[in-house]
Amino acid sequence: MTAILEVKDLQIAFGGVRAVDGLSFSAHEREIIAVIGPNGAGKTSAFNCITGFYRPTSGSVLINGLDTTGKRPADIAAVGVSRTFQNLRLFPDLTVLDNVRAGMHLYGGQNWADAIFHTPRFKRSEAMYTEEAHRWLDFVGFEGARGIPVRNLSYGQQKRVEIARALARKAELLLLDEPAAGLNYSEKQQLLALCRRIRDLGTAIVLIEHDMGLVMELSERIIVMNFGREIAVGTPAEVKANPAVIEAYLGKDDEGAQSNGDA
Amino acid sequence: MSENVDTTQAPRKIGPPRSRISRLLESRQLGWVALAGAVLAPFVTATPYALNVMTTAAIFVMLASGLNIVVGYCGLLDLGYIAFMAVGAYTAGIISRSFDLPLIFTIPAVLVMTVLAGLIIGAPTLRLRSDYLAIVTLGFGEITRITANNLAITGGPSGIFGIPGLLKFGNFDMQEPAVLYYVTVLVVAVFVLASARLGKSRLGRAWRFVREDEDAAEAMGIHTYKVKLLAYIFGAIWGGLGGVLFAAHLSAVSPQSFIFLQSALVLMAVVLGGMGNMRGVVIGALVISLGPELLRNLAANRYLGFGLLLVVVMVFRPQGFWPARGYEPERRTVGADDAAVVRAEG
Repeated sequence: MTAILEVKDLQIAFGGVRAVDGLSFSAHEREIIAVIGPNGAGKTSAFNCITGFYRPTSGSVLINGLDTTGKRPADIAAVGVSRTFQNLRLFPDLTVLDNVRAGMHLYGGQNWADAIFHTPRFKRSEAMYTEEAHRWLDFVGFEGARGIPVRNLSYGQQKRVEIARALARKAELLLLDEPAAGLNYSEKQQLLALCRRIRDLGTAIVLIEHDMGLVMELSERIIVMNFGREIAVGTPAEVKANPAVIEAYLGKDDEGAQSNGDA
Repeated sequence: MSENVDTTQAPRKIGPPRSRISRLLESRQLGWVALAGAVLAPFVTATPYALNVMTTAAIFVMLASGLNIVVGYCGLLDLGYIAFMAVGAYTAGIISRSFDLPLIFTIPAVLVMTVLAGLIIGAPTLRLRSDYLAIVTLGFGEITRITANNLAITGGPSGIFGIPGLLKFGNFDMQEPAVLYYVTVLVVAVFVLASARLGKSRLGRAWRFVREDEDAAEAMGIHTYKVKLLAYIFGAIWGGLGGVLFAAHLSAVSPQSFIFLQSALVLMAVVLGGMGNMRGVVIGALVISLGPELLRNLAANRYLGFGLLLVVVMVFRPQGFWPARGYEPERRTVGADDAAVVRAEG
C-alpha cells in the first residue's frame, strides 16, 4: 500500500525553539490518523509544514510519492492536500456557496475570456460549481440558507462549511485542525459520522484533536507529540496504555503509575 | 441525524432584502436602463459644454470600473491608479503623433504598454498588504507623472498636443463631440459589463477569496500572486484604454492631468459607490465626476459644498451608496425538494 502522506524526520525551528523536532509518520488511503499532544507540542506547526505555510528547517514531506517540501501552499494543494484551520478561516463576507466554490478553484474549466463573453463553457462551468457546492454542503449535513454571507452563520455551521470547502478540493489527503473544538456533544457525534463518511470516499484524514473521546473512537492510529517529538504511536488502546503519554498529559508522579493501571 | 441540534435557526433576519425597489435594482435590465439614459442624455442637453462634461464622466466611469477590479474585488489599495491612464494616454498620443495614425490603431501598443505597467507595478508589491501597498502605489503614481514631466518624448511639462482623433474616414469624424460621446459611452458600457462579468466568475471569486483571506485562498490551491497580478493587469488595461479615450477627448495629454488628486478621485468614486459592486461604482463615478458640475451655481464654494456632501455620505453610509451584497439565490425548488426528501429519510 503506497502512502498518501509520508513525513520523514520533519524539523522546524523558530529562532531557538524547535517546534517540530524530528517527526516521522505516514498516512494511507482510507486511514484516519489523529495527532494529539499538549498545547504547544508542535501539532499545528507540523500541519503548517505539510501544507507549505511554514518551510521546514529539515526533513521531507512526500505527498502521493511527490516531494513537496518547501513548496508553495497552492502547489501543495494542487498535488492533493486539503485542510481546515484551527480558528475558522472562511471568507466571511462571501456566501456559503462561494466559500465552498473556493475549494473547486483548481478544476473550474473556465478562464477570464469565457467569463467576459459568457461562453457556453462558462455557463456549464458555473452550473457545475453551484451543483457541486450544494452537493458538498449536503454531504456535510449543512442545512439552512446557502445564499447568505457565511458570517451570519453559527459557529457549528461555519465549521461544516469549512469542511465542505476542504472536501470540495477533492484531495486524497484531508488535514483537520481541531475540527471538534467548540462543538457540543451531538455536533461532535455528527462530526464523527462525517469523518467516517469522508474516509469511505477513499480520503486519508489526519486530524489534530483535543477531545480524547472523539480521538479514541475515530482514529485507527494515534501519534502523540510533545515538545515537537513523537513520543508514542499506535492504536488507541496502545496509546492509552503508554506510560510516556500519561506522563505527557498528567505529569510524572506517584499517581502516574496508578492511572496507567486504570486506563 | 437528530434535529434538536439544528443550529440553522439564526434569530436574526438573514435573508436577502426583498422590497420591490431592491428587486428592481438587482434586475438584469438595469444596465440597459442606464445605457439608455446615457444614450438619451444628449437629447436633453447637447451644448458643447454638456457633451464635454458627459464624455469626461463616461471616461471617469471607465477608470472607476477598472480600479474596482483592483480595490473592490481584490482588495489591493491602489493610490496611484491614474498612472495606468497616463501610460495609456501617452502611449496612444506619442504613437499617433509620430506616425500620424488615428488613435484607434494605437490600441494594441497601448494594451502591451499597460500590461507591462501593470506587471511592473504589480510584481514588486505582491508581498505587501494594505498600508504598505498604498504607499508604494502612491509612489509609482507620482514617479509616472514626474517621469512624463521630464522626458523629451512625452513633451515635458507641456505634454503632447494635436493628437489625431480616434478614427476618420470620409465625412465621418469621430472627433465630432456627439460622435465621440457615443463612441465613449459604447466602449465604457462594454468594459463596465466586462468588469461586472469578471467579478462573477472563477477569477472574480478568486480575487474576493484573496481579499477576504489570503492564506485560506492559498490553501485551496489559489496562486495568490498570479491572481493579484491579474487584478493589476486588468485594472491597468481598463485604465490604459480610459487613457486612449481621454487623449481622443482632449486631443492633448499633459502631466497635470495625472496628479495624485485624480487617483484619489477615482478611488473616492469606488469607495463612495460601494467597493466590489459594479453598479454602485458606476453611480459613485457619476456622482464624483458630475457633482462639481451640477454644483456650479455655488461658484467658488462648489468644492466646499461637494466636500461636505462626501463627508455626510461617508458618515451615514460608510459602506458606500450601494455596497456589494453577499447574497445569491438559494437552490432551485427541484433541489430543495431533494433536500427535503433527504431530510425526511434521515
